[in-house]
Amino acid sequence: MAKQKMTGAMAVRRALEAEGVDVLFGIPGGAILPLYDALYEVEKPRHVLVRHEQVGGHAAEGYAHATGKVGVCMGTSGPGATNLVTAIADAYMDSVPMVAITANVASSFIGTDAFQEADITGITMPVTKHNWLVTDAADLPRIMKEAFYIARTGRPGPVLVDIPKDVLNAELEFEYPEKVEIPGYHPPVREEPRLKDAAMLIRSASRPVVYLGGGVRHGNAHAEVFAFCEYLGAPIVTTLHGKGAFPETHPLCLGMFGMHGSRYANYTVQNSDLIVALGARFDDRVTGKLSTFAPEAKVVHLDVDPAEISKLVTATVPLVGDLKLLLPQLHAEVRRAFDAQGRPDVAAWWKRVADWREKFPLRYAQDPAGPLLPQYVIETIWKKTGGKAIVTTGVGEHQMFAAQWWKAAEPRSFITSGGLGTMGFCLPSAIGIQLGKPDALVIGFDGDGSFQMTLQDLATAVELKLPIKIFILNNLFLGMVRQWQELFYDERYSETPLADLPDLVKLADAYSCLGLRARTPAELDQAVDRALANTGGPTIVDVRVRREEKVYPMVPAGAPLNDMIDGE
Amino acid sequence: MERTETRPNGSTHTISLLVENKPGVLHRIAGLFSRRGYNIASLTVGPTERSDYSRMTIVVRLSSRPVEQVVRQVQKLVPVVEVRELSAQDLIERELMLVKIRTPERNHAELRALAETYEATIVDVSPDALVVEASGNAGKLDALEERLRPFGIQELCRSGRIALERGFKTLAPPSLK
Repeated sequence: MAKQKMTGAMAVRRALEAEGVDVLFGIPGGAILPLYDALYEVEKPRHVLVRHEQVGGHAAEGYAHATGKVGVCMGTSGPGATNLVTAIADAYMDSVPMVAITANVASSFIGTDAFQEADITGITMPVTKHNWLVTDAADLPRIMKEAFYIARTGRPGPVLVDIPKDVLNAELEFEYPEKVEIPGYHPPVREEPRLKDAAMLIRSASRPVVYLGGGVRHGNAHAEVFAFCEYLGAPIVTTLHGKGAFPETHPLCLGMFGMHGSRYANYTVQNSDLIVALGARFDDRVTGKLSTFAPEAKVVHLDVDPAEISKLVTATVPLVGDLKLLLPQLHAEVRRAFDAQGRPDVAAWWKRVADWREKFPLRYAQDPAGPLLPQYVIETIWKKTGGKAIVTTGVGEHQMFAAQWWKAAEPRSFITSGGLGTMGFCLPSAIGIQLGKPDALVIGFDGDGSFQMTLQDLATAVELKLPIKIFILNNLFLGMVRQWQELFYDERYSETPLADLPDLVKLADAYSCLGLRARTPAELDQAVDRALANTGGPTIVDVRVRREEKVYPMVPAGAPLNDMIDGE
Repeated sequence: MERTETRPNGSTHTISLLVENKPGVLHRIAGLFSRRGYNIASLTVGPTERSDYSRMTIVVRLSSRPVEQVVRQVQKLVPVVEVRELSAQDLIERELMLVKIRTPERNHAELRALAETYEATIVDVSPDALVVEASGNAGKLDALEERLRPFGIQELCRSGRIALERGFKTLAPPSLK
């Protein structure tokens, strides 16, 4: 490709084109004017105007989660950039591939406390895989190439490119590099894979469990995981981000374990003698008290990030590498071991697991006259849609109810803010998911507190005519915090009751979209049907649920994983 | 199952890094140490045989985490080309120390003798003060410091450690050799 003379702003646009970006989210502002001028009336990449930069960031995350491609968001200098920080931190915690582009004040103003100046590379250093302050327009093609490469390779994550206004205006000879050469970045780092050792452990285990995390999704390894797990025939548990890594409708899958996992999933992990962890990081929300976690278990830990190996739980056999490449090798090695020595007998183990499953199911009892229980709401919508939807959530009780009751059968079908736990994630991510998957049914489960953190972007969803369906499980509380206050703070409900505001049906009306309300099972039935039939734009459903309903079972913070409390 | 939750006995490790000589690298590394709770005992940074790389020597004191964790986290930083813990046996380590001592002239002869024992030099002399320069490993400098204390140390500064491995081994990855 011959070199072409152009401005820095145009070079950014060309780089986005070269990377195949089809949508980006942002808001213009003073410093970023040159870039917006370069994007004026451009169809691809298509710019989506949001009403707050945080929303643009979460929309980029939703898009990335649903499609596996890099999400792109942008903002102007100062507050535009700092508004992105929550979404960037969220993407960092959940390993979401994302490129954030910010403009900064002109180079000559940097360091002078100029209007709308913020040191965004300094601010985002701890929450990005890497970031750049571009000081020379000639570096833009290389830096953009590196940015996308770093965001999507190895353990994916967010990066940020900060471009001063004068650099956007400066001229350069544009040529997009074909290769990336970064001396200190070589993913995935390879350690000597100890596949035989891992296969031996698996062969000799009598109480194995497979533990699937978000790495399955980010490694695009669903097919490999399915083949391995079906062959192994061991019980499978998942993290919140592991939902959909293996079909939860499959008899091998026990669903989510951890703080709000089922008793049978937690008991299975606690009583196992071998944990095969695939793309997971032993987060405190799944291990409970670390020193009492799975006391008899050896651990095979396969992850692309060497820093996750033995960070919290020591791996008996660490396997560092790309799940999609390494797991089939492990699978073949296990097959050789089983062929040579026979399959391990796990019948007695499955008998115990089945007993726990029968004895301690997740349960609720919905009164036909109401009030609605959140568990019933989720299960009803799951049944009515056949589970064929991409679900996203806010953060709080509704999120855990959704995790417990929405059986994710497909890859990339359950999207949520897991690591950072960012309230307000639902609506923005739903926008990004629907744009990435135009034909999918996108359902959001939100809370009344969570929804109000980003509700202004209903405007964006309406403008784009996105047929997302947001079910707000409205209990007029910051429910999860209230739950902890009830259980651990003597029912002192400090600042958790929320006023019955706004009227969500009127709010939907004000934004020119369909707003519905449901208080009883019969009303819910109708509302879901109407929401599913509304394909011309968003639907907001105000689902009034039993106010005091709590998420059970629950492992109190700092307690052992099998030390769960229940409602009754 | 063994867990890495706590390791009661604190330990000191010397970590050597080869980093790209780019703005903000020190910030990235120091920030990583601070947010992950790794305790820096000393940190030095300076030029290497190649102008585009700097070498950092970080002495880290760890109470609860294995040093491999630190190395792996540091390795993830993009400008870090290579990082390794230098084992205590294979290590040549040096530190520079300057000590200003306020003491009457009659003590100077004794101080000169002491300095000589430690292969230190007196680099500045005035009627009531002198400055001692010493280099060597940390243990030697600690010992000298103790011996100088009775004379009245006014100011003391140490450079922090620099270190290389013995033999032909180098830190640079094969691609850079």
